[in-house]
Amino acid sequence: MSELIKKTAAELVALMAKGEVSSVEVTQAHIDQINKVGDAVHSFLFTSADSALATAKEVDRRRAAGEKLPTLAGLPIAVKDNLATTDAPTTAGSKILEGWISPYDATVVTKLRNELMPILGKTNLDEFAMGSSTEFSAYGPSKNPWDLTRIPGGSGGGSSSVVASFQAPLAIGSDTGGSIRFPGAVTGTVGTKPTYGAVSRYGLIALASSLDQIGPVARNVLDAAYLQDVIAGHDPYDSTSLTQSLGSMVEAAKSGSVKGKKFGLIKQLAGEGFQQGVKNRFAEAIQLITEAGGEIVEVDCPSFDYAIDAYYLILPAEASSNLAKFDSVRFGMRVTPEGNPTIEKVMAATRELGFGPEVKRRIILGTYALSAGSFDKFYGAALKVRTLIQRDFDNAFSKADILISPTAPTTAFKFGEKVADPLAMYLNDIATIPANLAGIPGMSIPIGLADEDNLPVGIQFLAPNYQDAKLYEVGAALEGILEGIWGKRMIDFAPNLEVK
Amino acid sequence: MAKANLMDYEKALELFEVVIGLEVHVELNTKTKMFCGCRNDFGDEPNTNVCPVCIGLPGSLPVVNRKAVESSIAIGLAIGCKIEANGGFSRKNYFYPDLAKNYQTSQFKDPIAYDGQLEVEVPSGNKFTVQIERAHMEEDAGKLTHIGGATGRIQGAEYSLVDYNRAGVPLVEIVTRPILGAGSEAPELAAAYVRSIREIVKALNVSEARMERGNVRCDANVSLRPKGQEKLGTRTETKNVNSLRSIERAVRYEIQRQAQILADGGSIIQETRHWHEDKGSTSSGRPKSDADDYRYFPEPDLVPVQPSIELIEKLRSELPENPAAKRKRLAGEWGFAEMEFRDVVNAGLMDFIEEAVAEGAKPQAARKWYSGEIARIANSEDKDVSEMNITPAQVAELARLVESGKINDRIAREVLSAVLAGEGNPDEIVTSRNLEVVSDDGALIAAIDEALAKQPDVLEKIREGKLQAAGAVIGAVMQAMKGQADAARVRELVLERANRA
Repeated sequence: MSELIKKTAAELVALMAKGEVSSVEVTQAHIDQINKVGDAVHSFLFTSADSALATAKEVDRRRAAGEKLPTLAGLPIAVKDNLATTDAPTTAGSKILEGWISPYDATVVTKLRNELMPILGKTNLDEFAMGSSTEFSAYGPSKNPWDLTRIPGGSGGGSSSVVASFQAPLAIGSDTGGSIRFPGAVTGTVGTKPTYGAVSRYGLIALASSLDQIGPVARNVLDAAYLQDVIAGHDPYDSTSLTQSLGSMVEAAKSGSVKGKKFGLIKQLAGEGFQQGVKNRFAEAIQLITEAGGEIVEVDCPSFDYAIDAYYLILPAEASSNLAKFDSVRFGMRVTPEGNPTIEKVMAATRELGFGPEVKRRIILGTYALSAGSFDKFYGAALKVRTLIQRDFDNAFSKADILISPTAPTTAFKFGEKVADPLAMYLNDIATIPANLAGIPGMSIPIGLADEDNLPVGIQFLAPNYQDAKLYEVGAALEGILEGIWGKRMIDFAPNLEVK
Repeated sequence: MAKANLMDYEKALELFEVVIGLEVHVELNTKTKMFCGCRNDFGDEPNTNVCPVCIGLPGSLPVVNRKAVESSIAIGLAIGCKIEANGGFSRKNYFYPDLAKNYQTSQFKDPIAYDGQLEVEVPSGNKFTVQIERAHMEEDAGKLTHIGGATGRIQGAEYSLVDYNRAGVPLVEIVTRPILGAGSEAPELAAAYVRSIREIVKALNVSEARMERGNVRCDANVSLRPKGQEKLGTRTETKNVNSLRSIERAVRYEIQRQAQILADGGSIIQETRHWHEDKGSTSSGRPKSDADDYRYFPEPDLVPVQPSIELIEKLRSELPENPAAKRKRLAGEWGFAEMEFRDVVNAGLMDFIEEAVAEGAKPQAARKWYSGEIARIANSEDKDVSEMNITPAQVAELARLVESGKINDRIAREVLSAVLAGEGNPDEIVTSRNLEVVSDDGALIAAIDEALAKQPDVLEKIREGKLQAAGAVIGAVMQAMKGQADAARVRELVLERANRA
C-alpha cells in the first residue's frame, strides 16, 4: 500500500505545498487504491479518474507557475451521489435516476471545483439517503473495511468506507438523522453534521429539507475542519443558508482543548440498552475528558424519548412531497405500460418500478401523516415534539458547553441483520436524530474498539447552534489524548484489506 | 351534451337568493419569476425561460422574489387588507404534468394580505361593499397543449405538450368572502368587481392586467338557496372566465341553470365548470369537494416572509389614487358629457388625457385628439393607443398650436402624422415644414383681390345678402395660400371688403 494514501489530508496538503509530492502523484495513488479495493468495498457508484487527474495536472501546472492556490488545491475527494454534478451521473442510489446527468453543479461541488480538488467519483448511499446501512441502495451495499461482512453505516456508507479504506483522504456526506455520524462511528472515522444552514443544500437531492445538512467525512478532526471551512458559507441560492460566518474550524481544531469546559452527559442517551463494548469505551472517554480538565454534568432531555417517533413523521412527510417530482415527465426513468396509457398510469408505473421498498414505505407513511384528518394527530404532533426537543437542548446547553453520548447503540452489524425490521434499523439513529430536529451541530469521532467484536466505537459531541467550532476544539483534544495513549491513529488499527 | 334547461332569470330570482364568491388570479409583471431568476415572459419560444428551479430538477431550491412580495403587499393595501407580519409559504401537493415539482408553492394559513374590502359600483349606480377574505402569493403552473383531440381538451388527446415558461410566474390570488344581497345584479357585480381589481393592479403597475392575455383570470363561484333558508346552497366554480362580459354571462347562466335543477327537485353537484364563450354556457368539469386533500404543510425550503412595518408603510404611502375615486374626480374636473366620459374610460384613454391636461391641454381638446384621430390611426394599424409614437406632452402642444391659431385643424392632422412618423415635436414640424398659417392680412388681401378680379360678381352677390357666394373666393384664396391660411380670417376679410366697396 502506498504510503501516500495513509497520510492525512493536512499532511498531503503540506507536502504538495512544499513541492515534495505532486497532486498527480497523490491523486494517482488514490486511484490505484480504488482499482485495488474498489470492487470489494463497493464504495463508489461512479469513478472519474480521468477528470480527477486532469484537475491534478492543472494544479501542478499552476503551482509550478508560482500561482497562489487555494488551501486544499490538488487534494482528491469523493462526493456522495446525492449531490448534483454536471460531469458524472447523479443517482441518489435510486433506479429512478439511473444515468441522469444534472445540467448544473451543486453549490458544494462548485466550491470543491473552485478549491481545485480532484473529484474521484460519486459514493454509494441508501436510496435517497433512506437507511442506516447502504443495504437500501439500488446498486448494492457498500462494505465496512474493518469487516467486509458488516455494514459501513448509512446512508453515507459509501463516503465512510471510501475514507476508511484509503480510497480518498476526504469525502462529502449528508446527514438527515445521522447519515454522516453513524457511518463515521462504525468505520472508525470522523464525521460532522454542521449547524443547519452552515453549508448550502443547493444541488443536494432533498430527503427532508428541514433536516438535511451536508458535512465533511474524514479520518481525523483536523482534516474534517479543513473540509468544512471549504464547503461552508452563505449561498444566495439556498434561502435557509446562514448569512453569518461560523469562523475557522481549522483554527478551532488546532487550538483544541477540553480544559474548563462542561460536558453534559445526556441521561436519556447514557447507554441504557447499548452494547457493552460501546458503553465501556464511552465510560473511558468520559474518564479521559475528566482527567484533562473537563467537567462532566448530567443533563435531562425527557423529550428525546419521542425523538424517533417525531422524526419518522416529519421526515416521511417532507420526503413524500420532495420525491413527488420523480414522475418521468422531465428527467429520469420512464416506464410506459402496455396499451395507450394515461400520464397517471405512466407516472404510477415509473414510481412502482423506480423506487425501492424503503422509499415507498416512507412515501406512504408521509402521505398519510399529512392527509386531512391525520395532520394534527401525526405531523402536527411531531412538530410539537420537535419544539420540545429544541427546548430540552436549550435547557441542557444552559448547564453544559457540549453534550456527549455514544454515537450509536452498537458497532457495525452484519448485512441482513436488520434490513427486514425497519424499527430495529431506525433505532440506530436514536442518538443522532435529536440534533437534526433541533438544527444543532454534531460530530462523531472514534474512541476505540468494542471488547466483544473489535469494531470501532464513536463518541458524539453536540454543540449549540452556530458553535460548530466547539466540536472541533473538543474533538481534536480528545483525539489527541487517545492517539497519545494508542501511539497511533484509530484507523491504523484497521485490518489490512486482503483483496485478490 | 344537451343544453341544460334554464329557468327564466326573473323567476329564478323570485325563488332563490344568489350567493357568489370570486377568486381572481393576478399575474404580476415582475422581471423574473416567483422563485428563480428566469425571465417572467412566457410568450417566448417554449421552454426557453426555464432553469433547474422552475422545472423542478432534483436538488434545486426556491428563493423568494422580493419585488413580487412588495407587489403583493401593495395589492393587499389597495384592497383594504391587513398585511401579515409573519407569514410564509406552504406546499400544495398534487400530481399534474404541468406542475414541475408536483406541488405548488403557495400560501395557506398565513396569506400575505387578509380581511379587506372593496366598494364596487354596478352600472345602475348601486354600490356594494365586497368583503375580501385574503390575497395570497403563489406560483403559476406550466402550460399544457393537448394535441390530437377534437376539443383541445385532455380527453381524447393523443399526446400533450408542456411549456414551462409559465411555471413559476408569480401570481396573487384574491379571494372574496361569500357575496350576498346583490340580487338580480349579482352578474353585474361580479363583472364590476373584477373590473375594479383589474383597474387597481393596473394603477399600481404590478400587472399588465390584460384579461385577454390571462394576466387577470377569474373563477366564479355561484350557489343558490331558497329564499328564507339560512344554510348556503351547494356551489359550482366556473373556471378561468377571461372577459368582464363573460363573467357576467357565466354567473347569469349558472343562476338560471341551478334554479331550474333545484326547482325540478334535483341537487347541484359541487364541481368545477368550464365556460364556453361561443355557446354562452357552462359544462361540467371535475368534481370538487371541500375534502380535496392537498396535504398542505409549511414549505421547508423557504424562510418566513416578514415584511417590516417600514416597508409596509412605505408601500402604503406610495399607493396611487383609487381608480374609482379618481374617475369620479376627473369626471367632475373635466366637465365632459356623461357619454363622452364613459367612452373615454371604456377606450382606456383616461390616463392619457389626464397627462395631456397636466401638460397644459384643455380637457376637451385632449379628448378630441385621443378619442378621434389618434384612436382612429391606432385602430387602423391594429395597435393600442399606448403603442402610438406620441407623448401626452406632444398632444398638449398640438392642441395649443391649434388654439393659438398658428395652425388649423387640417394642418394639425398633418403635423400629427409627422409626429407619429418620428419627425419631432409639433412646433419643430410646423417650423421645418413651414406650415404656420399666413396671418399677414396684407398677403391675404392681395390674394383676395386677385380672386375677386377673376370673379367680379361675387362682391355684388354678397351685398345682396347671398353670403354663401363668399365661399368661392375663400376657396380660391386657400388654394393660393396652399392651405396655410386661417379660413375664418379670410372670410372676415372678404366680407369686410364687400361692405366697404
